Amino acid sequence: MTSTPIPASAPVPVPAPSPTPVSAPSSASAEASAGSHWEELVTVALLGTTRRTPSGVTSRRDAPTALLDAAAVETVRRRAGMRPGRAAARIEPAAEDARPALPPAAARRLTMLLADRPGAGSGGRRGTAPDLMELLPQWLATANRQGFAAPPQALPALLDAARGRTDIRPAVLAFAGPRALWLARLNADWRFALRAAPGGGAVLPGPEEPERMRALWEEGLFAERVALLAAVRARDAAAARDLLAGTWASERAEDRLMFLDSLRTGLCAADEPFLEGALADRSRNVRATAAELLSALPGSALAGRMAERAGSCVAVDPTHGTPTIAVEAPHECDAGMERDGVVAKAPAGRGERSWWLGQLVEAAPLDTWSRRLRGRTPEEIVALPVADDWQDELHAAWCRAAVRQRDPSWSRALLGTPAAPEAGGPGAVSLAERAKLLGTLGAEERAGWVAGFIAVHGLSEAFQLLGVCAVPWAGPLGRAVVDALNIARDAGSYPWSFSGVMGLAERCLDPAEAVRLEALTSVPDESENTSPGAGGYWAESFQRLVTTLHLRAAIHTELTQR
Amino acid sequence: MTQQGVRWTADQVLALAPDTASRKAGSKLGVAGPWSEAGSSEEGTVWGLCKGSGSKPYRTVIDIADSTGPAYKCSCPSRKFPCKHALGLLLLWAGEDGAVPPGKAPDWADEWIEGRRKRADDKRAEGAAGSASAGDPEAARRRAERRAEWITAGASELEQRLTDLLRGGLASAEQRGYGLWEETAARMVDAQAPGLAARVRELGAIPSSGPGWPVRLLEECALLHLLDQGWLRRAALPDGLAATVRSRIGLPGSADGPPVRDRWLVLAQYDTADSRLTTRRIWLYGAESGRTALLLSYGAAGRAPELTLPVGLTLEAELSAYPGAGQLRATLGERFAAPAPTGFRPPGVDVARAVAQYGEALRDDPWLESRPVTLGRVIPTPDGDDWQLADADGEFALPLTPAARSRSGLWRLVALSGGAPVTVFGECGHRGFSPLTAWPEGPGEAVTLC
Repeated sequence: MTSTPIPASAPVPVPAPSPTPVSAPSSASAEASAGSHWEELVTVALLGTTRRTPSGVTSRRDAPTALLDAAAVETVRRRAGMRPGRAAARIEPAAEDARPALPPAAARRLTMLLADRPGAGSGGRRGTAPDLMELLPQWLATANRQGFAAPPQALPALLDAARGRTDIRPAVLAFAGPRALWLARLNADWRFALRAAPGGGAVLPGPEEPERMRALWEEGLFAERVALLAAVRARDAAAARDLLAGTWASERAEDRLMFLDSLRTGLCAADEPFLEGALADRSRNVRATAAELLSALPGSALAGRMAERAGSCVAVDPTHGTPTIAVEAPHECDAGMERDGVVAKAPAGRGERSWWLGQLVEAAPLDTWSRRLRGRTPEEIVALPVADDWQDELHAAWCRAAVRQRDPSWSRALLGTPAAPEAGGPGAVSLAERAKLLGTLGAEERAGWVAGFIAVHGLSEAFQLLGVCAVPWAGPLGRAVVDALNIARDAGSYPWSFSGVMGLAERCLDPAEAVRLEALTSVPDESENTSPGAGGYWAESFQRLVTTLHLRAAIHTELTQR
Repeated sequence: MTQQGVRWTADQVLALAPDTASRKAGSKLGVAGPWSEAGSSEEGTVWGLCKGSGSKPYRTVIDIADSTGPAYKCSCPSRKFPCKHALGLLLLWAGEDGAVPPGKAPDWADEWIEGRRKRADDKRAEGAAGSASAGDPEAARRRAERRAEWITAGASELEQRLTDLLRGGLASAEQRGYGLWEETAARMVDAQAPGLAARVRELGAIPSSGPGWPVRLLEECALLHLLDQGWLRRAALPDGLAATVRSRIGLPGSADGPPVRDRWLVLAQYDTADSRLTTRRIWLYGAESGRTALLLSYGAAGRAPELTLPVGLTLEAELSAYPGAGQLRATLGERFAAPAPTGFRPPGVDVARAVAQYGEALRDDPWLESRPVTLGRVIPTPDGDDWQLADADGEFALPLTPAARSRSGLWRLVALSGGAPVTVFGECGHRGFSPLTAWPEGPGEAVTLC
């Protein structure tokens, strides 16, 4: 045996020529003496041969050469006799990823997309080449839909990409799978993956493991409990509510708020008793959230109480020549209103009474109004004049109600026709509110409305509205955008005034539209009213758009064929 | 010779890029959009027209089957080589979406290819004729003798400096600093012994290299002394060792070994650069001969060396070895086919065998820092702040070298393994193991780590 233990961290040069780990006892003393011989050589070398003579050297004049000779022999001997160290404790292997591997073409594409990471070369977004990093989110979404596993060797680059961009983290982590979390435990740079993953990457118990589920709910960390509750809620709304009700009284206020939020998923009439109970909660934020959820249930008792209150404030005034809505805002915020979630204190600069009115109308079920206002349709109600400057307040509250209750008929009425002059603003309903209202409509209707809007109002106001449209854009919408870009080009402006829409188009336009764009990629002749050089820049922008569309089509094919 | 359907991977194409900016720019052009009239021939030619911002598209053509490596021609004004258009076109070709269909090369591409091949043939014929009458042998002998005298004078002077150093002690070397060694290195350059000069220059850096420096300095001084003595007594050495000494001193050798034809698997390719020179190392493994060989290629500072062989491909070619016992360096002779993808993998050994092989190789070349080796069934394992490669079926492990620990390739290796055994090719030496390429246990392509 060797006289000193072998540290596992370095190859240990031992002077014995035998590479076997165990040597005969007789050689132990030889090894020890060889080791001390080397130490002696190092000591002499440090001090110098004028101060100390190496053992076995008689002539002082020859001492340095003798020392070098001996050191050369020892150096080669030490290296040649090197032996491997002991293996450290093995780590637990990564969990199996049962998903199928990417098709080869898709794996190649991923390599290319990741090669375009920021910092992997000169930046700047110019010229005709597509911005590959912008296509990564779409690539990830498609790969995740298809259920492919990430190639293991791509995981470091994927994690690095997700580290810099929080918006793609969920998609990256879903694609990267269990091995990414395994890696994240080994590298501090990727800790975010453990925080972002539900339950820190542990597999959540399913319905077949009620005991593990109960144990995790009662003893788990907060993030694990939130993840568990969300998972159970998505599967079985009632089971999640029962889980929550079991420990509700003992939860901390901020935890109660987060847990209550989980009921948004699959909110249903059966949740009402629990939410009613939460209206009496000690925490004001919990009360407000419970009230908000209840008001999104038009059949709930709270919705009925709010309908009552709001209804008493709004009426059609028959004394006018044309029917007009008259508004009588509440004069006080009583305890009942507060219990139902109405916030009594108005923000600075707002009148108390209009503040209360807004909250009542927002929380009242929308079908209240048809009954209350003599059977009028939403269109007819929205078209009614409103007395005394209450129109903006009232319509804004109806907008919030339509979004909260996801009511397409009221949304349609409040949106009006896209060609209306006030649709481009300013009007009673802002562009931000219109964008939210569009969100309650079906994808096709939404796209149609925005297409109509762009045809009349152009692109400069359309950015927000385009953001809520389904990807890829429906045919009419895509054509409206391209036509508007074409008009902007002919009008002689520079393309960077439209870089936002251009960027959206690269991500959202249907690749099938590429054919229609080909004609726009040539450089037009300059005329008097165009800005100098603009034509060339436009051609470049359209080329990039076309190239990006081709690339998106290729990405889709690579991930979906077979 | 390059069949349709057998294509390179994106990684292999991107390895041709001279720098990161080109990689990035090339990646963006690897899509059908800007390309027209693209095509490829059975003889290994790829061509296409790339729409730029100007009115005339760029004409890009690549000869993948050229005997001196892929050759590129592009009408763009870029001075990068290969340019982004060539990279983009190769990426497009590497894809499977049929954007580069087989066909007949247009005249402009054909002209260039024909011209190149003709020039290459002429050169080869000229080389064959020229080597027979390479100058005056008597004059060459006199030149070699004169140079040997200079080197002998240099080696003797260096010996004097080393003995002076040890007489005064290494402790004083720390104070004297870098200047002494720079001056000595310059003397070795004058003596036309670049190998000695490089070693001397490295000595200067050791006293500031952290704990344990006296041991490292003594080791390097001793090995330098051994090399001096080897040169001074070269007449008494066996032929192989004498050749090794000559090459370590820095005398140019010529690859005069018999050409060995084989299917050579490209195990690894990596560059090291200093302020003047970029050195590219390419490790090859002969599928039939079982031999490992090293190709070196150089580029002026900031330029990529010309020879590029993507990792994981095999090329059928002849290699000739340089002289010297245990010498792995070779030169690439005739190529018989363009590099092509393969499922072949080098056979692996365990950790103990890898270490023993390095020890054995020191017999032929005591100055050897490391030896190429493929480890079979090892698991990357964390060991405190360090990493090691541990036998999956044994109790031994090799630590990674400090440089390897800080490379991003480490994480590709760890990710590929996931705690399970992998096959790893790398360099094994007295500082530890430096992984260069890995293969997963199951099916899968070679993953580069450097």
